Amino acid sequence: MTASPSISIAIVGSGGAGALTTVNFLLEVASAAGWHGLFTRTLGPQIRGGEAAGLLRLAVHPVECPPDQFDLIIGIDWQNAHRFGSEIKAGPETLVISDPRGGEPPPMVTQSGARVVDIPMKDIAKSIAGGRPNMIALGIASRLLGFTVEQVFALIEKQLGGKGAAAIEASRVGIKAGFKEAADIKFEPRLAPPIPSDARRWLLSGNEATALGAIRGGVRFAAAYPITPATEILEWLSPSLAKVGGILLQAEDELAAINMIIGASYGGTPALTATSGPGLSLMIEAMGLATASEIPIVVVDVMRGGPSTGIPTKSEQTDLNIAIYGLHGDAPHLVLAPQSVSDCLFTTQWATYLAETLQTPTIVLSDQFMGQARAAIDRPADVAFIGKRTLATSITGAYKRYALGPGGVSAMAVPGTPGGQYTADGLTHTETGIPTSGAADHRNQLDKRRDKLDQFNFGDHWASIEGTGDLALVTWGSLTGAAREAIGRAAADGFNVRLIAPRLLSPVQPDRLAAALEGVKRILVVEQTHSGQFHRYLRAHYDLPAPVRAFHRPGPLPITAGEIHRAITDWR
Amino acid sequence: MSSLTTRMGCKPGDYKSDLKPIWCPGCGDYHVLMSFTRAFAQLGLSPEMIAVVSGIGCSSRIPAYTNCYGFHGVHGRSLALAAGLKVTRPDLTVVVASGDGDGYSIGGNHFLHACRRNIDMTYVVMDNRIYGMTKGQPSPTTEPEFDTALTPGGTGVAPFHPLVVALASGANFIARCFSGEPNETADVLAEAIRHPGFSFVEILSPCVTFRPDEKDWKDLVRPASVPETDDQGRAARRLMTDDGFNLGILYRGNRTPFQLARGTSNIDLSELEKDFEL
Repeated sequence: MTASPSISIAIVGSGGAGALTTVNFLLEVASAAGWHGLFTRTLGPQIRGGEAAGLLRLAVHPVECPPDQFDLIIGIDWQNAHRFGSEIKAGPETLVISDPRGGEPPPMVTQSGARVVDIPMKDIAKSIAGGRPNMIALGIASRLLGFTVEQVFALIEKQLGGKGAAAIEASRVGIKAGFKEAADIKFEPRLAPPIPSDARRWLLSGNEATALGAIRGGVRFAAAYPITPATEILEWLSPSLAKVGGILLQAEDELAAINMIIGASYGGTPALTATSGPGLSLMIEAMGLATASEIPIVVVDVMRGGPSTGIPTKSEQTDLNIAIYGLHGDAPHLVLAPQSVSDCLFTTQWATYLAETLQTPTIVLSDQFMGQARAAIDRPADVAFIGKRTLATSITGAYKRYALGPGGVSAMAVPGTPGGQYTADGLTHTETGIPTSGAADHRNQLDKRRDKLDQFNFGDHWASIEGTGDLALVTWGSLTGAAREAIGRAAADGFNVRLIAPRLLSPVQPDRLAAALEGVKRILVVEQTHSGQFHRYLRAHYDLPAPVRAFHRPGPLPITAGEIHRAITDWR
Repeated sequence: MSSLTTRMGCKPGDYKSDLKPIWCPGCGDYHVLMSFTRAFAQLGLSPEMIAVVSGIGCSSRIPAYTNCYGFHGVHGRSLALAAGLKVTRPDLTVVVASGDGDGYSIGGNHFLHACRRNIDMTYVVMDNRIYGMTKGQPSPTTEPEFDTALTPGGTGVAPFHPLVVALASGANFIARCFSGEPNETADVLAEAIRHPGFSFVEILSPCVTFRPDEKDWKDLVRPASVPETDDQGRAARRLMTDDGFNLGILYRGNRTPFQLARGTSNIDLSELEKDFEL
């Protein structure tokens, strides 16, 4: 029996069956023991009664992408599980634990050649006072993964402490029963022991990391209108902002939310809102206002399947076009994209810093996959990016809010500053802010807004650039993790591939990309869209000095490292 | 109104910008601007402690004509922008200027929620019952039979009753003024700014270009015959039966203004990380 660096488990149950809780417990146990892990949820938009599955990948190394195939699948019940289609891939090596009273396993299981073992989880739970089938499943999974009863009990004490002694006892009995049922089941893969490390470790979602990054970057006001899959950012910010002297205000709609943050920022408070595609569409008009009036704001778009309501609970990278091109008029602004749960913190902090420094609206394109994934990670390093706005504090003589000058950034007076009174305006204006329709003023202010972005040195954070192969894999966002893993597999085959993943999507960085592509003979573009938005974006803004292949498909299925590895191998 | 830095001996001129106002000759908005600056002088506010926020339309030109901080935003969203400003800067006096198209049509939803939220600010709507800047289309307060190029023969749709909506939605102060009476209007505005919570002041402000019939308003308006009330039921009955020309403070409530608990700002940010630590 060899130890495996990574192992993957899926637990399936109808919404409310506790499948997601169970997987979260497994992640907690594993991360407390020192493993890394990534927990993603797959579910329909219903709150109760729909399909739900928790997908967990545990590893000795950081996990940033889903597995190609699951080693263990537990079906507490299979109600509506067929809707997952191929989201939960099984194979002949997969072990499936199925409750015979939970309905027929779906074709994805039965046609895979997986070994199916029946365990009546519901009946066992019934025989326990207050028993729940998902605790039986937790016991089974823990036993098969090699956790000890004590490890699981310790977590139950911590998690269910508030629910009383009876609930804890019922869970303990259920978990023990699960351990007993699993004792004789043959399950080959064994997770290699965790690599000892002194790093402080965190367990959090990408949305939580995004929110923390915003506060670290200086955000002290958020406006909130709920939308899947971005709401957790706002829910974490609400109490957290209060702790640091900030405020979250619930808006009546996204139109209000974006205007509220513009108002707060105009008053001198760094401000953010978070939304998804439909909400971003509503916010776009006011983002033009923030561009013209040079008010720094941060808008996080946690992308989901679109257009329209699309697939609210599943990931896609299809808001790239609207984020970059959605604003009417010539409206230079910033678009950034984090690359992992951990990077959500860094990128949002950097975005806040850039918005404040450049007095420019900034879109952060996260996505459902990393936004709602929970990951056990090493604590991200502290970075020094804290928003620092150029303010006009002591004003003598005539104040020019939109003064032209080198670098394009002009000092901003916030209300309360004597002598700094001006009217921020979406109308084309003069240097003092007076509305005008004059050609020279229009041109001057357009130049100013362009120059402050074009002349700024964004530094090495603009992209992740790794490796030296003459095939360059160019991707972005949460696909970076899968791409990195695919490149690792290619390297194991003796084939070096270069990774280029821009974190800064707008303004574009032609010289930097040209340098990154130096010596490249083939370019493989990978993205999760139907129409190839990222490929077209690259074509529009960059010289691609070598033949290009584009691998893109829409959600809801995540693009796996295995698929990218195949695309690489096919082009050796 | 916030804790004020007031000054003695302020003159309306202190609150005017150097910009020469541009409206049609005879437009009621000239007088509204005069009422704004008189009210500010009456209150003795420092100009830099006032923010005048607006959307789009003839009425929304006002911020640039004041010597206060101003924001001329997008169409219909001034209340939302002002809310974000006021909750983060409670030290400022925030006055929002709007019109019947900006405030009641495109901005209608924000009107409801601003009344409900009851943030301490003053909302002034210059109602001329027409879209003036786009040259004469019917607004939510236009009479159903009023003929326009966009709606020949009239809309056939009953006008919206903003004061009733404001009351039902929770506004804490409701008044109606006429632009042709700048002194009275200034007094009401000063009262509205002083009153805690969300104050709503409708100013009948004639559009002499597209609604020459509104020149007659000066003969139709009258001070309300009964004094102001703090009783919502009584106010509702009055406003529902009112013909739209009764002037003065019509309702003055005593709801507690919106307040958010703010924490201390000196906490170590690493405290927040405890949520995530294993």
